[in-house]
This record gives sequence, C-alpha cells and structure tokens, in this order.
Amino acid sequence: MKDDIIIRVISNLLIPFIQLYALYVLAHGDLGPGGGFQGGVIFASSIILYVLVYGIDEGRKRAHQKITDVLNSVGVMIYGGIGVVCLFFGGYYLQYGKLPLGDLKHASHLGIYGIEIGVEVTVAAVMITIFFEMAGRKSD
Amino acid sequence: MIEIIIGKYNYWIYITLMMIGFYAMIAKGNLIKKIIGMNIFQTAVILFYISTGKVWGGTAPILWDKAVIYDNPIPHVLMLTAIVVSVGTTAVAIAIVIRIYKEYGTMEEDAILEIERKQAEELRKGNTGQREI
Amino acid sequence: MNIAEHFPALVIVIPLLFALITWLAGLINRAFCWVIALTITFLCFLMSFSILNTVMHTGRISYHMGAWEPPWGIEYAIDYLNGFVLVVVSFIAFIVTLYSRKSVGLEIDEEKSPAFYSLYMLLFTGLMGMTITGDIFNLYVFIEITSLSGYALIAIGRRRNSLMASFNYLILGTIAATFILIGIGYLYMVTGSLNMADLREKLPPLYHSRVVLTAFGFFTVGLSLKLALFPLHIWLPNAYTYAPSVVSAIMAATSTKVGAYAMLRILFTVFKVEFDLNVVPVTKILLVLSCIAIIAGSILAISQTNIKRMLAYSSVGQIGYIVLGTTMANQTAMTGSIIHILNHALMKGTLFLVAGCVVYKTGIEDISGLKGMGQKMPFSMAAFTVGALSMVGVPLTVGFISKWYLATGALKAGMWFILPIILISSLLSAIYFWRIIEGIYFAPAVSSQHSEVSTYRSLDHHNPHPVSRSRDDAPPGMLIPTLILAGLCIFFGIAAYIPVSVAEKAANMLLGGT
Repeated sequence: MKDDIIIRVISNLLIPFIQLYALYVLAHGDLGPGGGFQGGVIFASSIILYVLVYGIDEGRKRAHQKITDVLNSVGVMIYGGIGVVCLFFGGYYLQYGKLPLGDLKHASHLGIYGIEIGVEVTVAAVMITIFFEMAGRKSD
Repeated sequence: MIEIIIGKYNYWIYITLMMIGFYAMIAKGNLIKKIIGMNIFQTAVILFYISTGKVWGGTAPILWDKAVIYDNPIPHVLMLTAIVVSVGTTAVAIAIVIRIYKEYGTMEEDAILEIERKQAEELRKGNTGQREI
Repeated sequence: MNIAEHFPALVIVIPLLFALITWLAGLINRAFCWVIALTITFLCFLMSFSILNTVMHTGRISYHMGAWEPPWGIEYAIDYLNGFVLVVVSFIAFIVTLYSRKSVGLEIDEEKSPAFYSLYMLLFTGLMGMTITGDIFNLYVFIEITSLSGYALIAIGRRRNSLMASFNYLILGTIAATFILIGIGYLYMVTGSLNMADLREKLPPLYHSRVVLTAFGFFTVGLSLKLALFPLHIWLPNAYTYAPSVVSAIMAATSTKVGAYAMLRILFTVFKVEFDLNVVPVTKILLVLSCIAIIAGSILAISQTNIKRMLAYSSVGQIGYIVLGTTMANQTAMTGSIIHILNHALMKGTLFLVAGCVVYKTGIEDISGLKGMGQKMPFSMAAFTVGALSMVGVPLTVGFISKWYLATGALKAGMWFILPIILISSLLSAIYFWRIIEGIYFAPAVSSQHSEVSTYRSLDHHNPHPVSRSRDDAPPGMLIPTLILAGLCIFFGIAAYIPVSVAEKAANMLLGGT
C-alpha cells in the first residue's frame, strides 16, 4: 500500500497523533472514558496502521521482536511491583496510600497512574505481538 | 403486558443478542463462525451489565459541583475486565484455529471429525491381531 | 512488617510475577524455567501450609486488598475449607513440577518449554486465586485465568487431536464462564454487593424472587460444566486423553477439585443451607445427577482401551462422589465429600503420573502396552497398583476413607439406596482395574515392535530395544514424585485423622455451625 500517495501521506501525518492520543486516554482515565487497557489498544493500533501501509518487514524494524517480548512482561511486573512496594512500606497489598509520594491523596493518585502505565505497556506489547504472530504466517 | 415489553426493553435486547450468539456457537460448523458467536454472546452480557448501571436522571460518574445523582460506575469497571477476558479468549481461540488449519487443511468441523475418524479407524485396523482383553 | 500476615496476597502475587520472569529467563537460557517453577511452587506450598496453620489456631483470616473495607473492597477470606484446598492444590502442583522435567522434554517442542512453564505458573495462580478469594467477581476473573491457561496447555503438545479437544473445551468453557458472569450480574443487580459474606447476609429476604432463582440456576449450570458433572462432562475425556501427560496430571488432580470447591462456596456460603433444601430442591437434582455420574463413569471406563481415556472417564465417576456428599446435608457426608477432594487428587495424580512414566519409557498409551510391565518397571507398576486399589476402595488406602464417610452419611440421612450404588461402582472399578493389573503382573511382555503404533518416539536412549526383561524403570526424576503420591495414598489411609479433623471442621462451618 505504500505506492498509494494519499494513504501514505495521511498515515505519516496521523500516526504520531494516534500515539499521543493513546497517552492522553491513559492520563485522563479518571476524568473520562479511558484508562490503561484502552490506551494500550490505541497505541497498538498505530503500529498496526504502520504495518498495513508499509509491510511487515518495515514494521518489524520499528517494533523489534526482542523489545516487544520483554515489554510483554515488564508491564505486569510494574503492576505487581507497585503492589509489593506498598507491602514494604507497611500497608496491605496495593495500598497506595502508604507510598512516600506526598500526602494520602497524592500518593493514591500516583499509585493508580503507575498501575495504569504498567497495564498500557503490557496491552500495547501483547496486541503488537498477537498481530505480528498472526499476520506473519506464510501459507504452506 | 405492554409494560413488560416496553418497560424492560434492555433485557429483551440482551436476551435476543445472547441467543443469536449462543445459536451460532452451537449450530454453525465453521470454527470461525463459532468464535464470532462467542464474541456476540459475551458482548450481550456486557451490554446487560451496563444497562443495569444507569440511574434515572444520573450523569456520568465524575465528581462535578452541579451534579446531584451519578450513574453507577461499578458495572463499567467490571465490564472493562470482562472485555479484556473476551479479547484474551478470542486470541487463544484464533491461535488454536490457525494451528488446526495448518494441521488439517480445513476449518469445517464436520471435515475435521471425518479426518479424525478415519485416522482412528486405520489405527484400529493395524492392530486387530494384538487385541486380547 | 510482619510478612506472615501478607501471605494471602503473596501466595497469588508471587506465582503471577514469576510466571512472567520465567518467560523472560527462558529467553536467556531454557534450563532456568524448570528451576524457577519448582522453587516457586515449593514456596507457595510452604506459604499455604502456614496459612492453614494460622487458620487452625486463630480462626477465619480476612485480608483486605488495598486496605479497602469489604463490601467496598476485595476481601480474601480463608477458613478451614479454603485452607485445606489451598494446601492440596499447592502440594500437587509442586509434585507435578518435580516430575515434569523429563516428561516435558519428550512431549513438547524444546522451544516451547519457556511458554509451557509460564502457562503452568499462570494455571497455578488461577487455581490458588479461585480458592482464596472472597469476592464473586474476583472468582470469575480467576476462573477465566485458569481456563485460558488450561486451553493453551492442552493445545501445546505435538498431537494434532489435542487441538480439536482444546477448541471444544474452549467453546464449552466460555459458555460456562459467561453463565457464571450472568449469575453474578443478577445477584449484583438485586443486592448491590459482590462480597460473599455480605451476600450471605443480604440475600435471605430475597430468596423467593425470580432474579435470585435465575441467578442460582446460572451458577449451578456454569459451575457444573467446570467441574464436569454428569451431562456436562463432554469436554473432559478428549481433553485429558490428548493433552501432554503433565497437563493431564495437573488438570485431573486439581482443576476439577477447585471447581467443586467453588460450587461448595456458592451453594453453602453465598446461599444458605435452607435455600438448597427448601426453596429450590437442588440437592435432590444433584443427588440424581451424581448417582448417574458415579455409575456411568465406571461403565464407560470399562470399554476403553487407552489408559488416559479410561482414567478420564473414571474421573467423571469420582467427581460424582464429591457432589454426592454435598447433597445429603449432614456433617458426615460433607466430611466425606471434602476429604474426597484430597483423596481423589492423590489417587488420580498417582495414576496419571504412572501413565506418563509408561509413555516416557515406551511411547505406548494403550492398555495392551502395559502387559508384562511388572518385571520391567516394578516401582511404577507398584504405584499404579496402589492407586488402583485406592480407587476401588480397599481398606488401609485413602479411597476407603472417603467411601466410608459417604456411606455412613447416607445411612444417617436415611438414603439407604446410596449404599448399593457405591458398592456397584466399586465393583465396576475393580473390573477395569483388575483387568490391567492382571495384564501387568501375570502376562508375558509384548515386544514393542509388534504392539500399538507408538504415539511418541521413546526418548530413552539407554535401552533402544526394550524387549529384554531386565529392570528398566522410569528415571528417578519421574519415579520419586509418583512414589511420593502413592505413599501418601497409603499414609493418609492409615493416619486419616490428620486431614479428617480439618475436613470435619470445614463441613461443620459450611452447614451452618460456627
């Protein structure tokens, strides 16, 4: 599809904005529809648009296999890790209020953000991995 | 009677969608159609939960000075999880179907069962001398 | 920070995080995965043992996630029943992980083994989570984690029959889980709470409303499919037969038991005993279905020629025993039911592990391949004999204890017709197990060139022509876990007071005592 000039130009323009929108959806999850899972899916859809326009090999250069393999797990470990860090500061599991990031309200807020970032990283990496696994098959 | 149909229209919609999905999961022979039916089935349940969360005259559940009644945010939160579960199940199902296609060469359930039946027949025929139970 | 009070959360979090660390470690070197899985399952076994110990001394533990009070937050509530099932599940998972190294080397591609161990730890997380949680939506999430890992684990082997078996299990399992979700939605709609203890308080005035009855119906059907009660057991034989041996062992020994635990929770903790007896005669329906399951499972197992399929049908019968005990609503029968959760895990675990040993050594899954193995693989066949005697219900083994409690409970409830059913099914089990034992010890060995087409090329390079009658048992890594489970079958048959004391207290609590 990269010979078609309209598609190529428009997707070149739009992909950075889609990724920015994904981060916006993540950050405004408590004020409107959004959150970690939705932001992750939108981010993955920007990579999928790139692959649809330029082909799988080009797309693989932008989203290396080793990076997505590692990021699959890192997000869940951020989520679980924040919970375990709360244990170290004397609270129950996932009790963000005990994190030393300011008063109770700010610590809770930042704790939830940390968790949502973890969720977004994992969801984006998993969606990209699933897409590359299913699109990259050569029919025998 | 009319009150049951018009007043509870959300339940009728959810039941109709659920039965369409359920029928597709059971009666269709193509494996991809079964997966699509599964998606419709799960989406119907998601709609049901969200529809029970609406409160008369309520606004979106975000703190706002001018609002008095809010909708119930808990069904929305529960259904985020259910949507993720649905996506995960669809991904695993499609991965299994891709492998089935590579092994059997077809995606119709009847053809696959036929191939398996023939394989079991040949296995049994090759061993008729050894059966002594 | 007192770490012992956070064990309820850690016993879920640690396997979950290490499932992913296993995957990452597998990218570096594949040998790490087994070591990590072994350490983590052992750690979780120690933690669950400590939790059960605390419950026995101080009573019910309640852990509030994120320090939110129930009913607004998720609560992990552990009492006798919970703690008992936790210890059983983590112990069986540890033993099967110990066994799994060589077996996985044979039956699963080498490059998929990090993924296998990762999925195995996720299955373990899901099972522990289903057991420990006190919130019904959290129960649904963990049911789905368990099920998805199960579907992937069944399909990960090399046999192509396992793919269709896994797909069928996926479709049926998703229907069941969605029914459970609908039931949760109805209960939430009507009471506004998702916490099990809170629902127990809020539901009694609503027992006759149609919403609650429908919710109960959906729960029962969904959970019956997960635990493979009689008409809804269709997925089980194919899934257990064609899955890799380790997967059959862990799923047969644990995932149906945890499903039975979930049904006990919903029937007796969320809905009180009066509901089950008076409002909806669900105990009578389950009584009939479990009796049919007991007889049908045994009859269907007689005509099978594949070892694993025979053991799968026998599992269907044994699950009938567990449900039978819950329908009689007196303490002795319920004790028998809970103790059968432990006993069946031990017995079926032993039998499936022995089947895996035989597949590893000779590649044959057929019953005729077991002929004459008594001299070639004496220890494995001894374990098989102990497991078989236990299934039949010979005294001094573990199977006898649960059948005794079920029979006495049936007599106390005045249902004398249960006794002939238990006796007939024991007789039928004796028929199909005796046939195999006779073949093992009293028949000459069959050379592997003429027998059943090997399903797997045997990986045993030390003895390429296994026709000789010398001793050539499974490697110690696979033999020792099998013998441990077989030994426990006899140990808990003799020293039965140890698990029975916990089960009696659990039964008392379920039926409305303190």
